[in-house]
Amino acid sequence: MRGGAYWHCLRGVVTRELLRFVHQRSRFIAALVRPLVWLFVFAAGFRMALGVAMIEPYETYIRYEVYIVPGLVGMIQLFNGMQSSLSMVYDREMGSMRVLLVSPFPRWYLLICKLLASTLVSMVQVYVFLLIAYVYGVQAPLTGYVYILPALLVTGFMVGALGLLLSTFVRQLENFAGIMNFVIFPMFFLSSALYPLWRIREGSYLVYQIASFNPFTYAVETIRFALYEQFNMTASTIAIVTTLVLLTMAIWGYDPSRGMLARKGGE
Amino acid sequence: MAVSDETPRTPALDVRDLSFSYGGAPALQEVDLRIAVGEFVVLLGLNGAGKTTLFSLVTRLYDTRHGHIAVEGHDLHRQATHAHACMGVVFQQPTLDLDLTVKQNLLYHGALHGMTRRMAYERAMEQLGRMGMQDSLQRRVRQLSGGQRRRVEIARGLLHHPRLLLLDEPTVGLDMASRRALVSHVHELCASQGVAVLWATHLIDEVYADDRVVVLDQGRVKADGHVADIVAAQGSETIGAAFDRLVGKETTP
Repeated sequence: MRGGAYWHCLRGVVTRELLRFVHQRSRFIAALVRPLVWLFVFAAGFRMALGVAMIEPYETYIRYEVYIVPGLVGMIQLFNGMQSSLSMVYDREMGSMRVLLVSPFPRWYLLICKLLASTLVSMVQVYVFLLIAYVYGVQAPLTGYVYILPALLVTGFMVGALGLLLSTFVRQLENFAGIMNFVIFPMFFLSSALYPLWRIREGSYLVYQIASFNPFTYAVETIRFALYEQFNMTASTIAIVTTLVLLTMAIWGYDPSRGMLARKGGE
Repeated sequence: MAVSDETPRTPALDVRDLSFSYGGAPALQEVDLRIAVGEFVVLLGLNGAGKTTLFSLVTRLYDTRHGHIAVEGHDLHRQATHAHACMGVVFQQPTLDLDLTVKQNLLYHGALHGMTRRMAYERAMEQLGRMGMQDSLQRRVRQLSGGQRRRVEIARGLLHHPRLLLLDEPTVGLDMASRRALVSHVHELCASQGVAVLWATHLIDEVYADDRVVVLDQGRVKADGHVADIVAAQGSETIGAAFDRLVGKETTP
């Protein structure tokens, strides 16, 4: 295959994912309603109870709504990544996954195309959410909306690769829903998405320790710092390394000669 | 010693000594199958005979642990991308995206084979034209009948001009008229385009009198030859009776 062919393959996979997204308006609305409920309802309620001290990257005291916006961006990507992996299980059950897997491109490349496509879809959702938040009064510096692009890419790949990896362990759609509950909610709530780590430590040292080991914490912090035109080296490095590890494991899982699919397929 | 001028052509599909099992339960045992370029072969077997497992191995959805598979001379294990480029597949389950149009589905497939949009579009028109379905290009797949969807899947399988077309029970869910039309159409494709075809089915009436038939039963090849040869070898009068005898379904008088 020539280099141009790889581009056409990527374009095709991304176009299909975007077309499917456009056709599934309810999915788009559901993806927005969830973080908006947090922003408009929960944050308004918690505002008085949870004051946020002056912490990096913020230069002054901030409202709770301002604090949770990067976490809600991460939430959109987390749910989208899992939804995309859920569709992989569905596609595998329904057979359309096979069309992808019998393509004459290396399987690792096809999976990366799929992950990139799903990440781009999540980025569309994120920007619509950020626009609504901006109108609502949660406003970051304008250049911050450009700086978060790489952070969104890393987070999208990270949660997408995790979902992809989980999908290799699951044979039936029904089982995946259960796994999602055991992954999505702990990953989101045991992170710095809703409360700063120092606040969590005040409440429970154990939860703080768990949140400190949760890679989603570092994805959220990468987004938070980027949105305010800063670069958090530690958070970004941990997020990137986690992404690479999960991606490698997911590709291994989808290798018919080595991964989980091979073990399920037979011997 | 006379030497033939003709060099033997590489078979479109070459399966040798292929065995496979699910958790210790054998699904295929020492299967040998060779299909020449432009040949139409019917893989005939009851449900559970191992047809879909064979397809999953030939398409590398599962990896081959015991045996060897080559497509157009490309080893499926070591040269998977080359082998995949030579094959078109129509799976037993429908695999078209129902919410997309016929055009969008075919362009997607073209992209998965590295084609530009323009080339994929031209090929889509070419293949749909052969199926008499060029007017359906902008229709959503959901709006098509079962037979039309299958035709689109075959058009999709042929979009990248494969040398080998694999069809796993493609007539499942179709009425008799649609089934006949589809079988006839693929025979014509095989003759006109020189595509080798492996047609898996459990339906005897999809076998033509001059077809080569491979009978698969409990994971083993029980017979491989032209209809007349198999019928004669079994001392039967029809391919249906010969098949029943081979798979042990024969009723005692």
